[in-house]
Amino acid sequence: MTPVVLVVALLPLAAALLCLFMPRGFNEAAAVVSGVVTFAGAIILLPAVLGRTVTIAPFIRIDALSEVFLLATAFLYAIISIYTIGYFARERRDSRHSGVAAPQFNRYSRKFYVGMNIFAWSMLCAPLVNGLAFLWIAIEITTVVSALLVAIDRTAGATEAAWKYVLIASSGLGIALLATIILYYSGAQVLGTSYDLEFDSLLAAARHLPSVPVELAFGLAVVGFGTKVGLFPMHTWLPDAHSEAPTPISALLSGALLATSFYAILRFYQITVTAVGPTFPQTVLLVFGVLSLLLAALYLFGQQNIKRMLAYSSVEHMGILAIGISFGVPIAFVGVLLHVLAHAAAKGTAFMGAGVFIHKFGTKELGQIRGGLNALPWSAPLFLLAIAALGAMPPFGIFRSEFLIVAGGLSNGRNVFGAVFLVLVILAFFGLSISTTRILFLPAVGTPIARGEPSVWMVVPALVGVSALLLLGIHPPELLMALLNHGAVELQGGH
Amino acid sequence: MLLAVHDSVIPSVFDGTANTVAVLVLLIEFGMLRASLFRSQIRLYAVQSATVSVLAFVVAAGRNLPDLYVLAAVSFLLKAIVVPAVMLRLLRGAKTEIAGSGALGVASEVVISIVVAAFGFFAIGALGIHSSVLPTTALSLSVAVVLVAFVLMIVRRDVVSQAIGFFSLENGVSMASLVVAAGLPLIVEVAFLFDLLVAVVVFGVLIRVQSNRGKTLSTTGLDRLRG
Repeated sequence: MTPVVLVVALLPLAAALLCLFMPRGFNEAAAVVSGVVTFAGAIILLPAVLGRTVTIAPFIRIDALSEVFLLATAFLYAIISIYTIGYFARERRDSRHSGVAAPQFNRYSRKFYVGMNIFAWSMLCAPLVNGLAFLWIAIEITTVVSALLVAIDRTAGATEAAWKYVLIASSGLGIALLATIILYYSGAQVLGTSYDLEFDSLLAAARHLPSVPVELAFGLAVVGFGTKVGLFPMHTWLPDAHSEAPTPISALLSGALLATSFYAILRFYQITVTAVGPTFPQTVLLVFGVLSLLLAALYLFGQQNIKRMLAYSSVEHMGILAIGISFGVPIAFVGVLLHVLAHAAAKGTAFMGAGVFIHKFGTKELGQIRGGLNALPWSAPLFLLAIAALGAMPPFGIFRSEFLIVAGGLSNGRNVFGAVFLVLVILAFFGLSISTTRILFLPAVGTPIARGEPSVWMVVPALVGVSALLLLGIHPPELLMALLNHGAVELQGGH
Repeated sequence: MLLAVHDSVIPSVFDGTANTVAVLVLLIEFGMLRASLFRSQIRLYAVQSATVSVLAFVVAAGRNLPDLYVLAAVSFLLKAIVVPAVMLRLLRGAKTEIAGSGALGVASEVVISIVVAAFGFFAIGALGIHSSVLPTTALSLSVAVVLVAFVLMIVRRDVVSQAIGFFSLENGVSMASLVVAAGLPLIVEVAFLFDLLVAVVVFGVLIRVQSNRGKTLSTTGLDRLRG
């Protein structure tokens, strides 16, 4: 398995280097090859981690839990790299119309490709690395790279969003570093004063860790990494960054980055639940989860900007992940892990669709996009399906995952919160679907926009995304379900 | 200090030195609150980083942890020399010298910071986290530094002060790691530091973009995105 792991861990970085030095036409191909091969590598790894841990000493460690996040990120990386071809073809045409010189645009596209590949690489590294210290470093790298990518358009909005993002997320990660250090302290009580924070020894020692420092570390970790997950009230950077970044980056931020940061919280959860029992960590996650879900559901009504709307939907889904973990039973954990995969596919598809709308109508304002279904024969229905999936409509993957989460809550006697969860999710669904039906079905005012897709490259990945959602919803492959079950066992603390 | 006395009836010379250095770090953080020139702000940060490095050196000598000598040297080099130099260089092209007034007057900022710092100090003291390397007081002080750094970032309205606020937050965390994680492997510590360096570069790029676009380092214009 070692060569496959190394390919997954290094290929995106190699692609970034190639984009830096090779001629411009090469960028697209390098990103697509890197994305698709990485995803294939992640799939090949799947059978190897069922009930086992692949360790490549001393830095890399993959178990079922990390494999889930690896799959989600690699899948999104693959389809986004395809989408970006179409995105740049359009950007090139637009920039020519607005009089931007070709060399200037080429520099822009090269920077973009280098950044996107490094960004994907750092997100793939986070679940691969062994130990909380390296995990923190990987997540910090995702922050700095993605902040530059948010700022890449250099508009007033992008500058503002990038500044808020880097300042708030870095401060959050400062708190997360404090959490890591305090966990190191509690580990040192058992493992001796000099050890690295690798998972196996920490998990083995977790039962004997002192409870107060572990609880403190977990609280700080939820606040710290939760800043990057986008949990309320640390979510404030999220809608800005998602709406101002170039669309392929928004999709990666929302579908992969938020989940990757949640992965860090899950690692802290694994240790905390073994050390101090389930009540404390689950209560913390429940509070943050319900508040995030509530806030996002309310903000989804009356959003004016199509990408901000999708950003708040991300806050909603991250809240759902936190609530799912707080229900504390394996069936809910399976739901959470499935939700990570399904949300990556659904949110990626939705953002890709939003990008097509923005190109077609020349605006992000929901109020100015009308008659979408007539103008975009493929992208509009696909966008509608992605939104239906995000609203947990059957037969898509998110319906299955949220069903499992609620079933877990009910089976564990959390009836009230199961009900609250359902009400808020339905509220969020209304918020999303009202705006979406308006932009799709209301007739266009003024001069009608010509019917036609901007680029076939922007349609194919959305088709792949919706197919993945259908697969996850109707009949998830057995191997995948086995993986999710193993991941749930690991989260249970039954390592 | 009270807590240290409480823990060990007679504080040793080592404890006294360590606590004094830690108090200095907090005092410098307060100094940043009232520094109104960008340059003096950056200089204060350099002095604070140097002080943290001194603390690492003291711990290395007092507790016989040779790794920490290396850490002290690397962190001095990066945080007291390279980072301030990078920041000062960035400011060379900027028109403004004086950080705009904060959201509050200096006096109210300091009062709020004292309250926040006291909260951090006593809250951590009450948790009963004891370390064999440094007295708990140093941990309480470092959490106080982190909290005051947050106040600094919140009340200041210019990108330089906010960035410096974040870097000094990281100084507070470094100090905490000396207390509770002195044995952390050197490679990890150094990786943390280089990570900080990358963050500094990114902050620098964004400060550049901001000052080129808006011809100002103030953040008052950064309030368009909301809702």
